[in-house]
Amino acid sequence: MKARLIGTVVTVLALTATASCSGGGTSTTSSSGGGKTLTYWASNQGTSLENDKAVLGPELAKFEKQTGVKVNLSVIGWPDLLNKILAATTSGQGPDVLNIGNTWASSLQATGAFMPFDAKALTAIGGQDKFVPASFATGGAAGKPVTSVPLYGLVYGLYYNKKMFADAGLKPPTTWQELQSAATKLTDPAKKQYGMVLEGGSYTESVHFAWIFGRQNGGQPFDAAGKPTFTSPGMVAGVKQYVDLLGKDKVVNPSNVQYKNGPEAPGDFAKGKAAMLMSQNNADNTLQADGMKSSEYGVVPIPTPSPLPAGGKDVASFVAGINLSIFKNSKNQDAALKLVKFLTSAQEQAILDKPFTALPVVKGGTVNFTDDKTEAAAFALVLATKAEPLPLVPSESAFETNVGNAVNGLLAQAATGKDVTTADITKAMQEAQDKMATG
Amino acid sequence: MPVTTIDPISADSTAGVPATAPARRRRRSRWKGSTPYLLVLPAILLELTIHIIPMLVGIWMSFIQLTQFFIANWSEAPFVGLGNYKIAVNFSRPIGQALLHSFTVSILYTLIVVGLAWLFGMSAAAVLQNGFRGRGGLRTIFLIPYSLPIYAGVITWSFMLQRDNGLVNHVLMTNLHLVDSPPFWLIGNNAFVSMAVVALWRSWPFAFLMIMAGMQSIPDEVYQAAAVDGASVWQQLRYITLGMLRPVNVVLILMLFLWTFNDFNTPFVLFGATPPASADLISIHIYDNSFVNWNFGLGAAMSVLLLLFLLVVTGAYLLITNRRSRRA
Repeated sequence: MKARLIGTVVTVLALTATASCSGGGTSTTSSSGGGKTLTYWASNQGTSLENDKAVLGPELAKFEKQTGVKVNLSVIGWPDLLNKILAATTSGQGPDVLNIGNTWASSLQATGAFMPFDAKALTAIGGQDKFVPASFATGGAAGKPVTSVPLYGLVYGLYYNKKMFADAGLKPPTTWQELQSAATKLTDPAKKQYGMVLEGGSYTESVHFAWIFGRQNGGQPFDAAGKPTFTSPGMVAGVKQYVDLLGKDKVVNPSNVQYKNGPEAPGDFAKGKAAMLMSQNNADNTLQADGMKSSEYGVVPIPTPSPLPAGGKDVASFVAGINLSIFKNSKNQDAALKLVKFLTSAQEQAILDKPFTALPVVKGGTVNFTDDKTEAAAFALVLATKAEPLPLVPSESAFETNVGNAVNGLLAQAATGKDVTTADITKAMQEAQDKMATG
Repeated sequence: MPVTTIDPISADSTAGVPATAPARRRRRSRWKGSTPYLLVLPAILLELTIHIIPMLVGIWMSFIQLTQFFIANWSEAPFVGLGNYKIAVNFSRPIGQALLHSFTVSILYTLIVVGLAWLFGMSAAAVLQNGFRGRGGLRTIFLIPYSLPIYAGVITWSFMLQRDNGLVNHVLMTNLHLVDSPPFWLIGNNAFVSMAVVALWRSWPFAFLMIMAGMQSIPDEVYQAAAVDGASVWQQLRYITLGMLRPVNVVLILMLFLWTFNDFNTPFVLFGATPPASADLISIHIYDNSFVNWNFGLGAAMSVLLLLFLLVVTGAYLLITNRRSRRA
């Protein structure tokens, strides 16, 4: 009797153990009877995760009313997003629809976890032609069906404090040299005031500027065959242009190298501790939350050195933004396509771009997140004429981490008072490149 | 004849017992033999699913090229044999160099933190061994770092170590005038010092707790006898306290070593996913290789190497300490 009991207990335990093991393979997608349910992971675009939920909630309710598909929304903060996506990719347990940083598009495409948008799928979401071509191009590697479509558009701009510029008798810079001299003039360490503020501890910011200034100096991080060329003279000169702001030009508070959480750099700018800030257009949210009025700052494209270095391009930003992807093993691909179509419709874009301070990614949209017409025009100009996508190669994500961390290290070196020479930069870039070898 | 009448009966009864009882006993003894195994079976099953199988999966991962191209479908990842290990231990190439650097940093960190944690714990326990007013209060205060949640403790340190508005620089510059310009504590080589201080702050109370518990079991008579024999305080500490604490210390140092060498929380909370080179401990280095560079095969190979290293060190340590205690 006792033995039989033990036997039963063991069997039950063994069964539950195996059940919990095999449970790992199934998808979490739930579909109950007629009313389908989708899981949607949104990235943090508003001022807080709660704010995102408040903005998206009514829109998703609208979607449910139109299609009968219920959407379970989770908003995921940026520090966790890529890890969660990787975990979902590895385990096969993921959402149906999710937001991704568009620079990860090619890297995530290479994992094969996302549904490719073939001709049929593109038709289902309203056709490729509805999107702004530059934004659509970020969806994946060239020559393959994209695995993501644009949702929110972002580009970099140079924010400047109107009053500080006016008081010093300065005009917003149109060349890099003008930017340097304006920043020098506006720097007064004794008053804890600096010409420029950087997010020097953030590897993503660092790699973005390494790339932007690298392009201005005629560099390109990958050659035509997709091999890394981080040590090319153009890339090295680009990194130097950025690091010199802190090192040689001394227009940046050395403490900036500890900034990495997002709000710190815009915070310094909003409090008048820095006269200029290079940031994506969603900084508007943070600046206004910090009490700065939209009339107090202006935006111009990030300028290039004059004359443009040999082979250099007038690049002021990359085509940044958020894309939408569908997990390949979603059991509700039709419903997922409907959600993508809904979120990328002109109507929803006009609604969502405002609270999320995003640029429209569909044709015919207008910049509506700011009342300041010149700011809107500046960002629209950057996206239309001065932005290229970051390299669309599978190792893009490794490029971001390795080069970004290398540049962070160089900024830290400059901040602790050591000169950063071209040789130092070449060495750091070489190390970053060597780490890519096995990627 | 009573004897003859009894005998058959007794023979019968004894004959009857051998016929059935051994069989029953055999059956019962078979169950008796397997009961302990059945009782541990659930534990074994859980141990397998929670510890052993993931470990075996990790070892398997280390032999395949599990990069971003294959994480969605592991079975397609090509088998590379020792390829990942070769990359990890090729110390003339950057990846191997970085691993070696990280290993050196971890060793140094462990030596400093474990050594000082033990010394602090020992000193505090020795001071608090004799009863005096406020002893209970001091004990409680000493244990606070250990009782705080790790994240809360370390993030507070990271605020204190900020350059512009951190408490540490405020004290150094404004109050004590020791430095002219505020140093960075979370980047460059200072990052190592900061990390070691935080880890020490976090781990010495544990050493204190263990040693204090060990000291409770040393009878007062031994000290009294030693004092009568003319042993000084130092001699008492050296020969009685340390001698009788030996078994506690052997375990304590091993635990501190394993925890500190594998420390992930302190650097991760202080510096984020990619710490400065001076604070690149081995756990976070492996995490970087797996999750930041999306090369899980290489990360797994490094983990297996770390496991082997810790097994060898632990084995050697236990062997040496056991032999010594047997000799003693």
